[in-house]
Amino acid sequence: MNERSDRIIFEEVSKFYGEVLGVNRISFNVPPGVTTLVGPNGSGKTTLMNLLTGLVQPSSGRISVLGLSPSNPAEFFPLVGYCTQFDSFPAGICGYEFVLDSLMLHGMSVADAYSLTAEALDRVQLGDAAGRKIAGYSKGMRQKVRLAQAIAHHPKVLVLDEPLNGLDPMARAESLALFEELGRQGMHLLISSHILDEVDRISDRVILITGGYLVAEGNIQHVRREVRDKPMQVLVRCDHPEMLAAKMFAVNHCVEARLHADGKGVFLRTGDIDQFYTLLNEIAKDGLVKIEAVAPSDDDANAIYQYLIGSDGSAS
Amino acid sequence: MSSQTWSAYANGLAQKPWGLWFLQGARLVRIEVRKNLFSWRTGWVYFLAFIPAVILFIHLLFESHPRFMMSDDTVILAGIFQLYYIRLGVFFGCLGIFSRLIRGEMIERSLHFYLLSPVRREILLLAKFVAGSITALMLFVTATIACFALIYAGYGAEGRDYVFNGPGLGNLEAYVAIIVLACLGYGAVFLLLSMMFRNPTPAAMLVLGWEAINPVLPSLLQKISVASYLRHLMPVSVPGQGIFALLTVETEPVAGWVAVLGLLLLIAVVLSYSCYRIRTLEIRYSAD
Repeated sequence: MNERSDRIIFEEVSKFYGEVLGVNRISFNVPPGVTTLVGPNGSGKTTLMNLLTGLVQPSSGRISVLGLSPSNPAEFFPLVGYCTQFDSFPAGICGYEFVLDSLMLHGMSVADAYSLTAEALDRVQLGDAAGRKIAGYSKGMRQKVRLAQAIAHHPKVLVLDEPLNGLDPMARAESLALFEELGRQGMHLLISSHILDEVDRISDRVILITGGYLVAEGNIQHVRREVRDKPMQVLVRCDHPEMLAAKMFAVNHCVEARLHADGKGVFLRTGDIDQFYTLLNEIAKDGLVKIEAVAPSDDDANAIYQYLIGSDGSAS
Repeated sequence: MSSQTWSAYANGLAQKPWGLWFLQGARLVRIEVRKNLFSWRTGWVYFLAFIPAVILFIHLLFESHPRFMMSDDTVILAGIFQLYYIRLGVFFGCLGIFSRLIRGEMIERSLHFYLLSPVRREILLLAKFVAGSITALMLFVTATIACFALIYAGYGAEGRDYVFNGPGLGNLEAYVAIIVLACLGYGAVFLLLSMMFRNPTPAAMLVLGWEAINPVLPSLLQKISVASYLRHLMPVSVPGQGIFALLTVETEPVAGWVAVLGLLLLIAVVLSYSCYRIRTLEIRYSAD
């Protein structure tokens, strides 16, 4: 498989709804793994996902998913599953029928369809509720059955629009574990979610979008490093955090220090991360401070969102 | 055929492009017929289809049927077909069934599930058309046979003689053929209208008006009409008197096979354009 046929590629893709901008000149190239799509309401996240799956057509540009185009559904949709945020279903059917009907349209044998339906419903842990009419489901159960339908045919690309909406904390944890497992299996997962703290734990890459424009795209740590005007924050766990803070403030790239609530660590902000780590190594070698752990504390999707888009949703 | 044999057959079929399309189409039809035929939303179409049969049943129970009335009842049956079923019953029934197939799912926000399946959109549209046709035909053909049986049942031996030894069965075949063509013709038109307009009802009213004035239009324009083709297939003509004269006006005579081919061609053209439209259909529920 060549590189292009292993990726989701957007090339200069624009979508206008009449005179209203959906997304404008979006380009990215996503390898397998978990990618989080981040942006405020109305930023174009759902438009991007609908473009990827052919529910809307681009006004200009080219979209390729594993080398395939959504205009050829017979080849495209066996490889792609999309869990939309449209909270509606065909009238009068139960969860089991919903997943089974969808699998039958793949042209597989009835026995395979039954087997995959049971497997998918088991994976989302819908349990006995699968035999009940969807009209009587809670929001969380409807979310689960949509997810079951999207993963039932074992797609290679899974697009999830706000998949954690309506789920209770336990179900959210189960879903995240499932996404993480699917990502580890080499699947493409493109997830949009408002619950960034949770999605961030399983995400490799981030696509930031606001007002229909791409703000940043790539590996989360790399994107964070590119945001040079915002000092990076690092949590250092050590036995003498006050002493470490004093040492660090002796250099001019360290701009902020805040003790951890438990008193056994310090959050340090630095404008030059390479210099920071060099100095930290020297302090550790001198043996003045016993360092137990060092971890960046603001190179997650949430922090990048705050830095690049801000709480008001406008890109800075 | 056992389930294992069927499964092996389906697997073999799915390996071929045409076979896969056929299999997907057949499964779509099954899902759609189940949804359309056994939905409470179709209740009023049942009413439209069977109300003449109910009236004829009451007539059968409470009215005497002297032999000399049979020719009058034959004309009444022709009138029920030409003036009620073709003009109103099948027209509005098909409007209800076929406009729901695409537009109804847009309104219910569930069409995207089909568009996200590995089914060519043309297959999806044609399968929906077939499912709508099966639903409409099951209702209106059954109603046609019921009306026919009920109108001659009261005449006893003479009625049976008319049906089995006279022109009765021929007339029934013609009525069934007309109902089939009417369902397919109006179905194709309303399926297209439902993709073109958010609310296809005003457009359907224009079609109804067009069908009403069609007999007085020039010959070329008469060809763009479902009812004009069907008119030429009627086995019994209804004498036009009073206001009914407008609905039963005589038009340029056309051979039966020309009328059937003309209507099938019209259906093929409308479905081809619908296939073209569904290829570019977008899911924008908020705009609908």
